[in-house]
Amino acid sequence: MEKAIEVKDLRKSFKSAAVLKGVDFEVKRGEIFALLGSNGAGKTTIVKILATLLKPDGGTATVNGFDVAAHSENVRQSISLTGQFAAVDEILTGRENLIMIAKLRHLKNPRQVAADLLKRFGLVDAADRRASTYSGGMRRRLDIAMSLIGKPQLIFLDEPTTGLDPEARIEVWNVVKELANSGTTVFLTTQYLEEAEQLADQIAILHEGRIIVSGTLEELKKLFPPAKVEYVEKQPSLEELFLALIGKKEEK
Amino acid sequence: METTKKHFLSDIGVMLGRSMRHITRSMDTIITVCITPIAMMLLFVYVLGGAIQAGTDNYVNYLLPGILLMAIASGIAYTAFRLFMDMQSGIFERFHSMPIARSAVLWGHVLTSLVSNAISVIVIILVALIMGFRSSAGIVSWLAVAGILALVTLALTWIAVIPGLTAKSIDGASAFSYPLIFLPFISSAFVPTDSMPTVVRAFAENQPVTSIVDAIRALLSNQPVGSEIWIALAWCLGILIVAYLLAMLVYKRKAL
Ligand SMILES: Nc1ncnc2c1ncn2[C@@H]1O[C@H](COP(=O)(O)OP(=O)(O)O)[C@@H](O)[C@H]1O
Ligand SMILES: [Mg+2]
Repeated sequence: MEKAIEVKDLRKSFKSAAVLKGVDFEVKRGEIFALLGSNGAGKTTIVKILATLLKPDGGTATVNGFDVAAHSENVRQSISLTGQFAAVDEILTGRENLIMIAKLRHLKNPRQVAADLLKRFGLVDAADRRASTYSGGMRRRLDIAMSLIGKPQLIFLDEPTTGLDPEARIEVWNVVKELANSGTTVFLTTQYLEEAEQLADQIAILHEGRIIVSGTLEELKKLFPPAKVEYVEKQPSLEELFLALIGKKEEK
Repeated sequence: METTKKHFLSDIGVMLGRSMRHITRSMDTIITVCITPIAMMLLFVYVLGGAIQAGTDNYVNYLLPGILLMAIASGIAYTAFRLFMDMQSGIFERFHSMPIARSAVLWGHVLTSLVSNAISVIVIILVALIMGFRSSAGIVSWLAVAGILALVTLALTWIAVIPGLTAKSIDGASAFSYPLIFLPFISSAFVPTDSMPTVVRAFAENQPVTSIVDAIRALLSNQPVGSEIWIALAWCLGILIVAYLLAMLVYKRKAL
């Protein structure tokens, strides 16, 4: 089976407000999939449903062939979640955070696992400081490092670079690329069109409760009027594409 | 699934280790928990004590059980607080998306509550010893006292879990404990109930604090323990079961 995620007609409402109104998409094993949407589009809601934290109202979602509602324990065996807000224990040090997760994943040598990750994520100097003293970028790196422990097949990254400075953002991008190279499937959400452009093999745009368009960057760009020839030829950026697509929807 | 069950105890151990670090790294919470009951004890013994007719020559002995209950009631407010902070920070969601038994997360907090309250209780007993508290109780009676206090802590902790999981603000998470902290005032904790007006007395004599306090007092002073210990145990177990079931209901709803 080569599908990491399969979502069909997924629906979710909070009180009376319908957030997901029938979402469909598929994620193949080993690819980086970017779910693109503006603030409040429902990206986190989808991530929470896929990570077995939230029950869908309708439709189906399967992760590695297991239904998220009916077989949530099987789903949790193969995933790891990095939520929208860095979920680190602020009172513990970076090292203690990593050791804690390694123990909860029942690994053989938690201290060694922690030491390796601290090195890989450039946190050696800060290893024995409380996470509450970390900068936003360091906290995010620690957060992602915690998610990598136990080598899950599928990693969710919910807006991993929101609020980071450009330098920290590029560091996170490099981590994501490295992950994908090692065969991990990455499900990424972002508001940054550039981020999807940079990282993703597949992009899906979530708007008003549905996936309005999905495909590779090349496929998406084909949907856009061809580049105009002025002084220099300019490919449309994904940002322009996004605005054009939403504009078209709203004109209808 | 097999693996999550197999590791249940070790997972709880990791959770307990985690929140114990929270406690040892913020000893001020333990001190805060101890200060009000100790101040109460000083106030009652050295300021009001002379005027109170408790029918005993050692008023510290009389007072201590009620003071310990107050300490536990304020201690569990921090359990609610720690739980609330976990819900807010997203670390709960991280744990819940991992292949571990979800109840281990909650049990970690409950065990931590037991340990931290045990520390407060010991601190207060030490202060009481300095103030003149003496007990002729043997090891069995002390164990019985420890058992009752542990049961009280467990019952109140499961009550604390409910606001900890559902509160919208930090204040909301701990406000529930105020009535619990003041419940000892309308009981036999500070003065015998016979001195109270009928209606108050009826309440005082039939609320859990009185039976718990009376049972502990009897055990500590080596008096025969009458039916009050069974009433006390019944209260503790009753509250424990109801609070546990409610808390689990809330937790299941929250956690999917
Ligand atoms: N627990 C909740 N209760 C009520 N409304 C919610 C809840 N979670 C999310 N929402 C609403 O659902 C919509 C989508 O939220 P979310 O999935 O967080 O969007 P995104 O992650 O794309 O910014 C928002 O309008 C938000 O206010
Ligand atoms: Mg979000």
